[in-house]
Amino acid sequence: MSATEIPAADTVQAEPRHGWRMFAIWFVLTVPACLIIWFVWYPHLPPGRMSDAAKHQQFDIAVLAVSAAPVVIAVLLYFIYAIVVWRAKPGDDSDGPAIYGNTKVQATWIMGTSAIVLWLAVFGTLELVGPAGAGAGEGPSPIWTLAGKQSATWTPGTGTMLQVQVIGQQWTWSYRYPQFGGFQSTELMLPLDTPVTFHVTSLDVIHSFWAYQLGVKADANPGVDNVAYVTPKALGSVTVRCNELCGIWHGAMFNYGHVVSQSAFESWASGVQAKETSDGVLAALPAYALTYDPTVIPQLGKSLVTIIGITGSPGYYYGPGNPVQP
Amino acid sequence: MSVAARAAALLAAFLVVVGVVVFVTFYYIGSARTQLAVVHYTASGGQVNVALQEDPSNDSATKPNWVTYYTQDPVTKNWLHTTLFSVPANTKVNVTIYGFDGCTPLRNNFWGQVQGTIGNTVTVQQFNKNNTPLGSAQTVSAINSWAACNVAHTFAIPGMNLYVPVASPNAQNSKKNLCSTFPCTPTSGGAYAQETFSFMSPSHTGSFRWQCLIPCGGGYLDGNGGPMQTLGWMAGNMDVVAS
Repeated sequence: MSATEIPAADTVQAEPRHGWRMFAIWFVLTVPACLIIWFVWYPHLPPGRMSDAAKHQQFDIAVLAVSAAPVVIAVLLYFIYAIVVWRAKPGDDSDGPAIYGNTKVQATWIMGTSAIVLWLAVFGTLELVGPAGAGAGEGPSPIWTLAGKQSATWTPGTGTMLQVQVIGQQWTWSYRYPQFGGFQSTELMLPLDTPVTFHVTSLDVIHSFWAYQLGVKADANPGVDNVAYVTPKALGSVTVRCNELCGIWHGAMFNYGHVVSQSAFESWASGVQAKETSDGVLAALPAYALTYDPTVIPQLGKSLVTIIGITGSPGYYYGPGNPVQP
Repeated sequence: MSVAARAAALLAAFLVVVGVVVFVTFYYIGSARTQLAVVHYTASGGQVNVALQEDPSNDSATKPNWVTYYTQDPVTKNWLHTTLFSVPANTKVNVTIYGFDGCTPLRNNFWGQVQGTIGNTVTVQQFNKNNTPLGSAQTVSAINSWAACNVAHTFAIPGMNLYVPVASPNAQNSKKNLCSTFPCTPTSGGAYAQETFSFMSPSHTGSFRWQCLIPCGGGYLDGNGGPMQTLGWMAGNMDVVAS
């Protein structure tokens, strides 16, 4: 707008107080949105409340949704308000008034964004370390207090933690229970109200153990013992998926676990241990270890040391130069 | 150019991109599956007989050194180089697998346990290169591949919790005595193992992937590439169809 085009003062209409207008609209929209998120959406948010970790993840998502709703509404409101109120009138090709800064707006912006970022940092940190971990790989010595005692044996009702080793390989999961003789199973069975320590590892490529309803997700890396914790709080089925692209059948690499009563779990574990003892499977398994090197089989080297040419070097899957990339 | 013309051009460009994506998806990716033959097994008396064999090499022109499964056509009795077959739902499936490949230790010896078959057992008979039985057939619930190197591959359908170790020919006996004409036959001059087991097909229709759990893709990283990740070789699908 050029100086000669400035209209006379008596023809300028007083601008409405857009800030207060937008604030009023924002307030009217935000309050019910937050109430709906908290009271209607929250109970149905993933991953549910099947474990302490899942419960806290659901709480975190709900809190973050309530925190984000005012911001999202403010951005969309300003966007729509500007289009409706400040749109150009037909035939009006003039520029808008020049803006030279607004201290109130700048201060509000800086304080608002700072408060949001600080709130997210403090809340996220407290939730990560406070309740019982995040359900991801937290290491053998987490900074928070374990929910139970570590022991070489597990007995119902004693508060000891159940050890479960999760073994990923292309393209299936299996589970070892070191407190029951180290038997191995394709079924993930967990007792109710029992703190569980998952030792997650892989025999080949990188997988990711994701027990969805339990809120547990931990990478399965070959040669690495990735530790995660959980306490199941409800009976039911758990979907276990691989969450790391691992080959042609990554999408089919899933099975189901079950949370059962402590007595049912003890009965199941004892039964599987007895069966695998009687049919020789338990004796055929390697000694329980936190990780495995699947290219070395000491037993094979002892028994088949003379059969070079069938299995490569004795005790190994393949010869020294194999497997390699072609 | 008018606004309407620009909008029309944009829409046309968008549709072209979508068309290309759909074409690539269905023509190229979809055709990869249909190039393989599907062997259909039909039930007789509530049962169906499936025959497979696994060979150390194969008769293909492009990948002759890849280990592979073959599937037998129930009508012609010819061995087809495919791993796709169908069985009727809710039917007893009797499987015979001829193991012509030599032993390879299981990466995870747990898979030596037979799971999901009727009785959780398999019956194994080994033969020498002259097609003469070695001892008597044995019905076992586990094969310890680390004790005597007597497992060549596995036949696993994880979606049905079916895990079967597939016996290899006797390790000492098959040394340098593996079949060399493909697809192999019991009289083609190689030692082999014959393994039989049964399982009930699911009561509902669907496609169940099956695979070998031994990393037998020699020459590939961790032995898990090549034939391990290719349909028609050491991986396949079992379609359960309406009975």
